[in-house]
Amino acid sequence: MASVYGPVKDWETDLDHADPEYNANAHQIWDDLREGGCPVAHSDRYGGMWAPITHALVHEVAYDTENFTSQGIIVSQGRPEVPPPVGPAPPITSDPPFHQMARRLLLPPFSPKAIAAWEDDIRELCNTLLDKMGDIEPGESVVDAALQYAQSIPVNVIARMLGFPPEDEDIFRTFVHRIVEQVNEPLEERMEAFGELDAYLDVQVREHIEHPRDDLTTYLLNVELEGNKLEMEHVRGSIVLLLVAGIDTTWSAIGSSLWHLATNPEDLQRLTDEPEVMLFALEEFLRAYAPVTMARLVAKDHDFHGCPMKADEWVLLPFPAANRDPAVFKDADKFIVDREENRHAAFGLGIHRCLGSNLARLELRIAIEEFVKRFPSFELDGDVRWSVGQIRGPRELPVRVLATT
Amino acid sequence: MLDLHCQCPMVSLMKVHVDSELCQGHNRCYALAPDLIDVDDYGEAVVIADGTVAPGQEDQARLAVANCPEFAITIVEDEASDA
Repeated sequence: MASVYGPVKDWETDLDHADPEYNANAHQIWDDLREGGCPVAHSDRYGGMWAPITHALVHEVAYDTENFTSQGIIVSQGRPEVPPPVGPAPPITSDPPFHQMARRLLLPPFSPKAIAAWEDDIRELCNTLLDKMGDIEPGESVVDAALQYAQSIPVNVIARMLGFPPEDEDIFRTFVHRIVEQVNEPLEERMEAFGELDAYLDVQVREHIEHPRDDLTTYLLNVELEGNKLEMEHVRGSIVLLLVAGIDTTWSAIGSSLWHLATNPEDLQRLTDEPEVMLFALEEFLRAYAPVTMARLVAKDHDFHGCPMKADEWVLLPFPAANRDPAVFKDADKFIVDREENRHAAFGLGIHRCLGSNLARLELRIAIEEFVKRFPSFELDGDVRWSVGQIRGPRELPVRVLATT
Repeated sequence: MLDLHCQCPMVSLMKVHVDSELCQGHNRCYALAPDLIDVDDYGEAVVIADGTVAPGQEDQARLAVANCPEFAITIVEDEASDA
Protein backbone atom coordinates (compact mmCIF):
# COMPACT_ATOMS: atom_id res chain seq x y z
CA MET A 1 0.00 0.00 0.00
CA ALA A 2 1.07 3.54 -0.69
CA SER A 3 2.11 5.41 2.42
CA VAL A 4 2.38 9.16 2.26
CA TYR A 5 4.73 9.52 5.21
CA GLY A 6 7.98 7.75 5.93
CA PRO A 7 9.24 6.24 9.18
CA VAL A 8 9.09 8.40 12.31
CA LYS A 9 12.38 10.15 13.11
CA ASP A 10 11.53 11.36 16.59
CA TRP A 11 8.45 10.54 18.68
CA GLU A 12 8.38 13.92 20.41
CA THR A 13 8.44 16.13 17.30
CA ASP A 14 7.45 13.78 14.48
CA LEU A 15 4.91 11.48 16.14
CA ASP A 16 2.89 9.25 13.85
CA HIS A 17 0.53 6.72 15.42
CA ALA A 18 0.21 5.01 12.03
CA ASP A 19 3.90 4.14 11.89
CA PRO A 20 3.97 0.36 12.50
CA GLU A 21 6.59 0.92 15.23
CA TYR A 22 4.12 2.99 17.27
CA ASN A 23 1.64 0.32 18.35
CA ALA A 24 4.35 -2.31 18.61
CA ASN A 25 6.24 -0.13 21.13
CA ALA A 26 3.48 2.11 22.48
CA HIS A 27 4.11 1.60 26.21
CA GLN A 28 7.80 2.43 25.86
CA ILE A 29 7.11 5.46 23.67
CA TRP A 30 4.65 6.92 26.21
CA ASP A 31 7.01 6.24 29.12
CA ASP A 32 9.89 7.90 27.26
CA LEU A 33 7.81 10.97 26.41
CA ARG A 34 6.47 11.28 29.97
CA GLU A 35 9.84 10.75 31.61
CA GLY A 36 11.53 13.03 29.08
CA GLY A 37 9.28 15.86 30.23
CA CYS A 38 7.16 16.01 27.08
CA PRO A 39 3.48 15.94 28.05
CA VAL A 40 2.37 16.94 24.52
CA ALA A 41 4.05 15.46 21.45
CA HIS A 42 3.71 17.08 18.05
CA SER A 43 3.91 16.25 14.39
CA ASP A 44 3.65 18.17 11.13
CA ARG A 45 2.03 15.14 9.53
CA TYR A 46 -1.69 15.07 8.68
CA GLY A 47 -1.77 18.86 8.45
CA GLY A 48 -0.55 19.23 12.04
CA MET A 49 -1.17 16.93 15.00
CA TRP A 50 -0.71 17.18 18.77
CA ALA A 51 -0.73 14.30 21.24
CA PRO A 52 -1.09 14.93 24.98
CA ILE A 53 -0.02 11.80 26.82
CA THR A 54 -0.66 12.46 30.51
CA HIS A 55 -3.97 11.58 32.17
CA ALA A 56 -4.55 15.19 33.25
CA LEU A 57 -4.13 16.62 29.75
CA VAL A 58 -6.09 13.87 28.01
CA HIS A 59 -8.87 14.47 30.55
CA GLU A 60 -8.74 18.21 29.92
CA VAL A 61 -9.09 17.87 26.14
CA ALA A 62 -11.88 15.30 26.47
CA TYR A 63 -13.87 17.67 28.66
CA ASP A 64 -13.23 20.82 26.60
CA THR A 65 -15.87 20.89 23.87
CA GLU A 66 -15.31 24.60 23.21
CA ASN A 67 -11.71 24.47 22.05
CA PHE A 68 -11.89 20.98 20.54
CA THR A 69 -14.50 19.58 18.18
CA SER A 70 -15.42 15.94 17.60
CA GLN A 71 -16.25 16.55 13.92
CA GLY A 72 -13.16 14.52 13.11
CA ILE A 73 -12.19 11.53 15.23
CA ILE A 74 -9.94 9.48 12.95
CA VAL A 75 -6.74 11.31 12.12
CA SER A 76 -6.07 11.38 8.39
CA GLN A 77 -4.84 13.87 5.83
CA GLY A 78 -8.36 14.98 5.00
CA ARG A 79 -10.90 16.81 7.09
CA PRO A 80 -14.52 15.63 7.43
CA GLU A 81 -16.86 17.05 4.83
CA VAL A 82 -20.18 16.24 6.48
CA PRO A 83 -21.48 19.49 7.95
CA PRO A 84 -22.08 20.00 11.66
CA PRO A 85 -23.87 19.31 13.92
CA VAL A 86 -24.43 15.70 12.82
CA GLY A 87 -20.97 14.89 11.48
CA PRO A 88 -20.06 11.74 9.57
CA ALA A 89 -20.79 9.23 12.37
CA PRO A 90 -23.25 10.62 14.97
CA PRO A 91 -23.20 10.92 17.91
CA ILE A 92 -19.43 10.37 18.23
CA THR A 93 -18.77 13.05 15.59
CA SER A 94 -21.33 15.49 17.02
CA ASP A 95 -20.72 18.36 19.40
CA PRO A 96 -23.07 19.79 22.04
CA PRO A 97 -25.90 20.54 22.13
CA PHE A 98 -26.91 18.25 19.23
CA HIS A 99 -24.67 15.52 20.60
CA GLN A 100 -26.75 14.85 23.68
CA MET A 101 -29.98 14.42 21.72
CA ALA A 102 -28.39 12.09 19.19
CA ARG A 103 -26.68 10.11 21.96
CA ARG A 104 -29.83 9.64 24.04
CA LEU A 105 -31.48 7.87 21.09
CA LEU A 106 -28.82 5.19 21.17
CA LEU A 107 -28.29 4.81 24.93
CA PRO A 108 -31.29 2.52 25.68
CA PRO A 109 -30.35 -0.32 23.28
CA PHE A 110 -26.80 -0.24 24.74
CA SER A 111 -27.73 0.03 28.43
CA PRO A 112 -26.33 -2.73 30.67
CA LYS A 113 -29.70 -4.39 31.10
CA ALA A 114 -30.46 -4.43 27.35
CA ILE A 115 -26.98 -5.74 26.55
CA ALA A 116 -27.11 -8.49 29.20
CA ALA A 117 -29.68 -10.27 27.00
CA TRP A 118 -26.87 -11.06 24.51
CA GLU A 119 -24.82 -13.13 26.96
CA ASP A 120 -25.99 -16.59 25.86
CA ASP A 121 -25.57 -15.77 22.15
CA ILE A 122 -22.04 -14.51 22.69
CA ARG A 123 -21.10 -17.57 24.74
CA GLU A 124 -22.42 -19.85 22.02
CA LEU A 125 -20.54 -17.91 19.35
CA CYS A 126 -17.26 -18.23 21.31
CA ASN A 127 -17.75 -21.96 21.69
CA THR A 128 -18.53 -22.37 18.00
CA LEU A 129 -15.23 -20.65 17.16
CA LEU A 130 -13.35 -22.85 19.65
CA ASP A 131 -14.98 -25.96 18.17
CA LYS A 132 -13.94 -24.88 14.67
CA MET A 133 -10.29 -25.03 15.72
CA GLY A 134 -10.67 -28.81 15.33
CA ASP A 135 -8.78 -31.47 17.26
CA ILE A 136 -6.35 -29.94 19.70
CA GLU A 137 -3.30 -31.90 20.84
CA PRO A 138 -1.99 -30.34 24.09
CA GLY A 139 1.63 -29.34 23.74
CA GLU A 140 1.46 -29.71 19.96
CA SER A 141 -1.40 -27.64 18.55
CA VAL A 142 -0.85 -23.98 17.72
CA VAL A 143 -3.91 -21.79 17.15
CA ASP A 144 -4.11 -18.13 16.23
CA ALA A 145 -6.11 -16.50 19.01
CA ALA A 146 -6.57 -13.32 16.96
CA LEU A 147 -7.42 -14.77 13.55
CA GLN A 148 -9.33 -17.87 14.63
CA TYR A 149 -11.06 -16.35 17.63
CA ALA A 150 -10.93 -12.67 18.67
CA GLN A 151 -11.49 -11.13 15.25
CA SER A 152 -14.74 -13.02 14.64
CA ILE A 153 -16.52 -12.27 17.92
CA PRO A 154 -17.49 -8.58 17.85
CA VAL A 155 -18.14 -8.49 14.10
CA ASN A 156 -20.67 -11.31 14.38
CA VAL A 157 -22.42 -9.72 17.34
CA ILE A 158 -22.74 -6.27 15.76
CA ALA A 159 -23.91 -7.80 12.45
CA ARG A 160 -26.67 -9.61 14.34
CA MET A 161 -27.59 -6.48 16.27
CA LEU A 162 -27.82 -4.43 13.05
CA GLY A 163 -29.62 -7.21 11.21
CA PHE A 164 -26.86 -7.49 8.57
CA PRO A 165 -25.83 -10.84 7.03
CA PRO A 166 -23.20 -12.35 9.38
CA GLU A 167 -21.62 -14.09 6.37
CA ASP A 168 -20.49 -10.58 5.28
CA GLU A 169 -18.08 -10.41 8.23
CA ASP A 170 -15.05 -10.27 5.91
CA ILE A 171 -16.59 -7.32 4.08
CA PHE A 172 -17.13 -5.43 7.37
CA ARG A 173 -13.61 -6.13 8.54
CA THR A 174 -12.18 -4.92 5.23
CA PHE A 175 -14.15 -1.66 5.46
CA VAL A 176 -13.00 -1.08 9.00
CA HIS A 177 -9.43 -1.91 8.10
CA ARG A 178 -9.44 0.65 5.28
CA ILE A 179 -11.01 3.32 7.47
CA VAL A 180 -9.05 2.97 10.69
CA GLU A 181 -5.76 1.35 9.67
CA GLN A 182 -4.95 2.80 6.27
CA VAL A 183 -5.00 6.40 7.46
CA ASN A 184 -1.61 6.97 5.95
CA GLU A 185 -2.88 6.62 2.39
CA PRO A 186 -3.64 9.23 -0.24
CA LEU A 187 -6.95 10.95 0.29
CA GLU A 188 -8.50 9.68 -2.97
CA GLU A 189 -8.02 6.08 -1.89
CA ARG A 190 -9.70 6.79 1.45
CA MET A 191 -12.64 8.50 -0.24
CA GLU A 192 -13.05 5.45 -2.43
CA ALA A 193 -13.29 3.23 0.67
CA PHE A 194 -15.95 5.44 2.22
CA GLY A 195 -17.87 5.47 -1.07
CA GLU A 196 -17.94 1.68 -1.18
CA LEU A 197 -19.06 1.47 2.43
CA ASP A 198 -21.89 3.93 1.78
CA ALA A 199 -23.02 1.92 -1.22
CA TYR A 200 -23.06 -1.30 0.84
CA LEU A 201 -25.01 0.37 3.63
CA ASP A 202 -27.55 1.81 1.20
CA VAL A 203 -28.42 -1.71 0.11
CA GLN A 204 -28.82 -2.90 3.71
CA VAL A 205 -30.89 0.12 4.72
CA ARG A 206 -33.17 -0.22 1.69
CA GLU A 207 -33.68 -3.86 2.54
CA HIS A 208 -34.69 -2.87 6.09
CA ILE A 209 -37.13 -0.24 4.81
CA GLU A 210 -38.79 -2.97 2.74
CA HIS A 211 -38.62 -5.62 5.46
CA PRO A 212 -38.59 -3.99 8.91
CA ARG A 213 -37.62 -6.26 11.79
CA ASP A 214 -36.49 -6.18 15.39
CA ASP A 215 -32.94 -4.90 15.04
CA LEU A 216 -30.90 -1.73 15.40
CA THR A 217 -31.19 -0.70 11.76
CA THR A 218 -34.99 -0.74 11.95
CA TYR A 219 -34.75 1.04 15.30
CA LEU A 220 -32.67 3.83 13.70
CA LEU A 221 -35.12 4.11 10.80
CA ASN A 222 -38.10 4.53 13.15
CA VAL A 223 -36.73 6.47 16.09
CA GLU A 224 -37.65 10.14 16.32
CA LEU A 225 -35.52 13.15 17.16
CA GLU A 226 -37.61 16.13 18.20
CA GLY A 227 -40.66 14.65 16.49
CA ASN A 228 -38.96 13.80 13.20
CA LYS A 229 -37.44 10.62 11.88
CA LEU A 230 -33.69 10.76 11.40
CA GLU A 231 -32.20 12.06 8.16
CA MET A 232 -30.87 9.22 6.03
CA GLU A 233 -27.33 10.60 6.49
CA HIS A 234 -27.80 10.30 10.24
CA VAL A 235 -29.06 6.69 10.01
CA ARG A 236 -26.15 5.72 7.78
CA GLY A 237 -23.65 7.62 9.90
CA SER A 238 -24.80 5.90 13.08
CA ILE A 239 -24.50 2.51 11.38
CA VAL A 240 -20.96 3.43 10.28
CA LEU A 241 -20.21 4.32 13.88
CA LEU A 242 -21.54 1.02 15.23
CA LEU A 243 -19.61 -0.97 12.63
CA VAL A 244 -16.35 0.92 12.93
CA ALA A 245 -16.44 1.36 16.69
CA GLY A 246 -17.75 -2.09 17.44
CA ILE A 247 -15.39 -4.32 15.50
CA ASP A 248 -11.66 -3.55 15.71
CA THR A 249 -11.92 -2.17 19.22
CA THR A 250 -13.27 -5.20 21.07
CA TRP A 251 -11.36 -7.58 18.82
CA SER A 252 -8.21 -5.73 19.93
CA ALA A 253 -9.15 -5.86 23.61
CA ILE A 254 -9.79 -9.61 23.44
CA GLY A 255 -6.53 -10.20 21.57
CA SER A 256 -4.42 -8.09 23.93
CA SER A 257 -5.94 -9.82 26.96
CA LEU A 258 -5.20 -13.26 25.55
CA TRP A 259 -1.68 -12.11 24.61
CA HIS A 260 -1.19 -11.06 28.24
CA LEU A 261 -2.39 -14.44 29.50
CA ALA A 262 -0.19 -16.26 26.95
CA THR A 263 2.86 -14.44 28.31
CA ASN A 264 1.96 -14.30 32.05
CA PRO A 265 1.16 -17.83 33.22
CA GLU A 266 0.67 -16.74 36.86
CA ASP A 267 -2.27 -14.52 35.87
CA LEU A 268 -3.73 -17.26 33.70
CA GLN A 269 -3.44 -19.66 36.65
CA ARG A 270 -5.15 -17.19 38.95
CA LEU A 271 -8.08 -16.75 36.55
CA THR A 272 -8.39 -20.51 36.18
CA ASP A 273 -8.26 -21.11 39.94
CA GLU A 274 -10.42 -18.17 40.96
CA PRO A 275 -12.83 -17.24 38.19
CA GLU A 276 -14.39 -14.58 40.46
CA VAL A 277 -11.21 -12.51 40.14
CA MET A 278 -12.54 -11.62 36.67
CA LEU A 279 -14.55 -8.79 38.26
CA PHE A 280 -11.25 -6.91 38.67
CA ALA A 281 -9.14 -8.61 35.98
CA LEU A 282 -11.51 -7.46 33.25
CA GLU A 283 -10.91 -3.83 34.15
CA GLU A 284 -7.16 -4.34 34.46
CA PHE A 285 -7.07 -5.78 30.93
CA LEU A 286 -8.96 -2.68 29.81
CA ARG A 287 -6.65 -0.34 31.70
CA ALA A 288 -3.34 -1.89 30.76
CA TYR A 289 -4.25 -2.67 27.14
CA ALA A 290 -6.93 -0.11 26.31
CA PRO A 291 -7.27 -0.39 22.54
CA VAL A 292 -8.78 2.97 21.60
CA THR A 293 -7.08 6.29 20.98
CA MET A 294 -9.62 8.93 20.00
CA ALA A 295 -8.98 12.25 18.29
CA ARG A 296 -10.37 15.76 18.08
CA LEU A 297 -9.88 18.71 15.76
CA VAL A 298 -8.78 22.01 17.23
CA ALA A 299 -11.88 24.23 17.01
CA LYS A 300 -10.11 27.57 17.21
CA ASP A 301 -6.58 28.91 17.58
CA HIS A 302 -5.56 28.83 21.24
CA ASP A 303 -2.64 28.20 23.55
CA PHE A 304 -2.79 24.80 25.24
CA HIS A 305 -0.24 24.65 28.06
CA GLY A 306 2.31 26.43 25.91
CA CYS A 307 1.38 24.64 22.68
CA PRO A 308 0.21 27.04 19.96
CA MET A 309 -2.72 25.04 18.63
CA LYS A 310 -4.25 26.14 15.33
CA ALA A 311 -7.80 25.54 14.16
CA ASP A 312 -8.17 22.34 12.11
CA GLU A 313 -5.08 20.68 13.51
CA TRP A 314 -5.57 17.21 14.97
CA VAL A 315 -5.29 16.28 18.62
CA LEU A 316 -4.81 12.61 19.39
CA LEU A 317 -6.48 11.49 22.61
CA PRO A 318 -4.49 8.46 23.72
CA PHE A 319 -6.66 7.13 26.55
CA PRO A 320 -4.35 4.06 26.67
CA ALA A 321 -1.44 6.38 27.58
CA ALA A 322 -3.56 8.12 30.24
CA ASN A 323 -4.24 4.68 31.72
CA ARG A 324 -0.52 4.17 32.29
CA ASP A 325 0.19 7.51 33.93
CA PRO A 326 1.87 6.94 37.31
CA ALA A 327 0.42 10.25 38.55
CA VAL A 328 -3.00 8.57 38.62
CA PHE A 329 -2.35 4.83 38.84
CA LYS A 330 -0.22 3.16 41.45
CA ASP A 331 2.29 0.81 39.80
CA ALA A 332 0.90 2.02 36.48
CA ASP A 333 3.31 -0.10 34.46
CA LYS A 334 2.40 -3.32 36.30
CA PHE A 335 -0.52 -5.56 35.45
CA ILE A 336 -2.25 -6.32 38.76
CA VAL A 337 -4.88 -8.94 38.08
CA ASP A 338 -6.96 -8.02 41.14
CA ARG A 339 -6.39 -4.24 41.13
CA GLU A 340 -9.24 -2.90 43.26
CA GLU A 341 -8.93 0.81 42.58
CA ASN A 342 -9.09 1.36 38.86
CA ARG A 343 -10.54 4.56 37.41
CA HIS A 344 -9.26 3.70 33.93
CA ALA A 345 -10.31 5.67 30.89
CA ALA A 346 -10.42 2.83 28.35
CA PHE A 347 -13.89 3.92 27.25
CA GLY A 348 -13.01 7.60 27.19
CA LEU A 349 -13.85 10.41 29.55
CA GLY A 350 -16.63 12.97 29.43
CA ILE A 351 -19.63 13.19 27.14
CA HIS A 352 -18.35 10.78 24.48
CA ARG A 353 -17.93 7.79 26.82
CA CYS A 354 -18.02 4.75 24.54
CA LEU A 355 -21.66 4.03 23.79
CA GLY A 356 -20.91 0.32 23.39
CA SER A 357 -18.90 -0.09 26.59
CA ASN A 358 -21.42 -2.49 28.14
CA LEU A 359 -21.37 -4.65 25.02
CA ALA A 360 -17.57 -4.50 24.81
CA ARG A 361 -17.23 -5.58 28.45
CA LEU A 362 -19.65 -8.44 27.97
CA GLU A 363 -17.86 -9.67 24.84
CA LEU A 364 -14.43 -9.33 26.41
CA ARG A 365 -15.42 -11.12 29.62
CA ILE A 366 -17.13 -14.02 27.88
CA ALA A 367 -14.40 -14.35 25.24
CA ILE A 368 -11.72 -14.69 27.93
CA GLU A 369 -13.85 -16.93 30.15
CA GLU A 370 -14.61 -19.39 27.35
CA PHE A 371 -11.06 -19.44 25.97
CA VAL A 372 -9.57 -20.06 29.41
CA LYS A 373 -12.22 -22.66 30.23
CA ARG A 374 -11.37 -24.58 27.03
CA PHE A 375 -7.59 -24.00 27.23
CA PRO A 376 -6.56 -23.58 30.87
CA SER A 377 -2.91 -23.40 29.84
CA PHE A 378 -1.39 -21.86 26.71
CA GLU A 379 1.72 -19.89 25.73
CA LEU A 380 2.85 -17.55 23.01
CA ASP A 381 4.39 -19.43 20.11
CA GLY A 382 5.66 -17.10 17.42
CA ASP A 383 5.53 -13.45 16.47
CA VAL A 384 2.69 -11.13 17.34
CA ARG A 385 1.66 -8.66 14.66
CA TRP A 386 0.15 -5.46 16.07
CA SER A 387 -2.45 -3.34 14.31
CA VAL A 388 -1.60 0.05 12.84
CA GLY A 389 -3.35 3.29 13.81
CA GLN A 390 -5.68 4.47 16.54
CA ILE A 391 -6.95 1.01 17.52
CA ARG A 392 -4.22 -1.07 19.14
CA GLY A 393 -4.32 -4.83 19.37
CA PRO A 394 -2.72 -8.01 18.02
CA ARG A 395 -3.77 -8.94 14.50
CA GLU A 396 -1.86 -12.24 14.60
CA LEU A 397 -1.43 -14.07 17.88
CA PRO A 398 -0.09 -17.63 17.61
CA VAL A 399 -0.44 -19.58 20.86
CA ARG A 400 0.50 -23.14 21.69
CA VAL A 401 -2.19 -24.92 23.65
CA LEU A 402 -0.67 -26.70 26.65
CA ALA A 403 -3.81 -28.11 28.24
CA THR A 404 -7.42 -28.66 27.28
CA THR A 405 -10.52 -29.55 29.24
CA MET B 1 -10.60 9.91 51.27
CA LEU B 2 -12.78 8.49 54.01
CA ASP B 3 -11.41 5.78 56.20
CA LEU B 4 -14.28 3.35 56.12
CA HIS B 5 -12.89 1.25 58.90
CA CYS B 6 -12.59 4.00 61.46
CA GLN B 7 -13.81 3.26 64.93
CA CYS B 8 -15.80 6.43 65.33
CA PRO B 9 -17.36 6.79 68.75
CA MET B 10 -20.27 8.61 67.20
CA VAL B 11 -22.83 6.58 65.29
CA SER B 12 -22.85 7.85 61.76
CA LEU B 13 -24.92 7.17 58.72
CA MET B 14 -23.11 6.62 55.43
CA LYS B 15 -24.78 7.37 52.15
CA VAL B 16 -23.55 7.03 48.56
CA HIS B 17 -24.18 9.96 46.30
CA VAL B 18 -24.05 10.07 42.48
CA ASP B 19 -23.45 13.40 40.79
CA SER B 20 -25.69 13.05 37.74
CA GLU B 21 -23.91 15.93 36.00
CA LEU B 22 -20.63 14.01 36.13
CA CYS B 23 -22.00 10.49 35.53
CA GLN B 24 -21.40 9.37 31.93
CA GLY B 25 -22.72 5.85 32.33
CA HIS B 26 -19.49 3.88 32.65
CA ASN B 27 -21.48 1.50 34.89
CA ARG B 28 -18.54 0.54 37.07
CA CYS B 29 -20.54 1.33 40.22
CA TYR B 30 -23.48 -0.76 39.07
CA ALA B 31 -21.15 -3.74 38.58
CA LEU B 32 -19.32 -3.31 41.89
CA ALA B 33 -22.10 -2.05 44.17
CA PRO B 34 -25.31 -3.61 42.89
CA ASP B 35 -26.98 -3.36 46.31
CA LEU B 36 -26.43 0.37 46.41
CA ILE B 37 -26.62 1.56 42.82
CA ASP B 38 -28.94 0.79 39.94
CA VAL B 39 -28.97 2.10 36.37
CA ASP B 40 -31.82 3.72 34.46
CA ASP B 41 -32.93 2.97 30.89
CA TYR B 42 -30.12 5.17 29.59
CA GLY B 43 -27.48 3.29 31.58
CA GLU B 44 -26.91 6.17 33.98
CA ALA B 45 -26.37 5.51 37.67
CA VAL B 46 -29.08 6.07 40.25
CA VAL B 47 -28.77 5.33 43.96
CA ILE B 48 -31.13 2.74 45.36
CA ALA B 49 -33.60 4.26 47.87
CA ASP B 50 -31.79 7.08 49.67
CA GLY B 51 -28.32 5.62 49.21
CA THR B 52 -27.89 4.52 52.82
CA VAL B 53 -25.00 2.09 53.18
CA ALA B 54 -26.19 -0.73 55.45
CA PRO B 55 -23.74 -2.64 57.67
CA GLY B 56 -21.84 -5.06 55.43
CA GLN B 57 -22.15 -2.87 52.34
CA GLU B 58 -19.17 -0.65 53.13
CA ASP B 59 -16.88 -2.49 50.69
CA GLN B 60 -19.35 -2.05 47.86
CA ALA B 61 -19.53 1.66 48.61
CA ARG B 62 -15.75 1.97 48.73
CA LEU B 63 -15.31 0.15 45.41
CA ALA B 64 -17.98 2.25 43.70
CA VAL B 65 -16.13 5.42 44.68
CA ALA B 66 -12.68 4.09 43.80
CA ASN B 67 -13.60 2.96 40.31
CA CYS B 68 -15.59 5.81 38.84
CA PRO B 69 -13.56 7.27 35.95
CA GLU B 70 -15.48 10.56 36.17
CA PHE B 71 -15.20 10.96 39.96
CA ALA B 72 -19.00 11.13 40.09
CA ILE B 73 -19.51 9.07 43.26
CA THR B 74 -18.92 10.23 46.79
CA ILE B 75 -19.77 9.00 50.25
CA VAL B 76 -21.47 11.47 52.53
CA GLU B 77 -21.63 10.91 56.22
CA ASP B 78 -24.59 12.10 58.26
CA GLU B 79 -24.68 11.98 62.02
CA ALA B 80 -27.52 9.72 63.03
CA SER B 81 -30.15 11.24 65.25
CA ASP B 82 -30.48 9.90 68.78
CA ALA B 83 -33.73 8.17 68.22
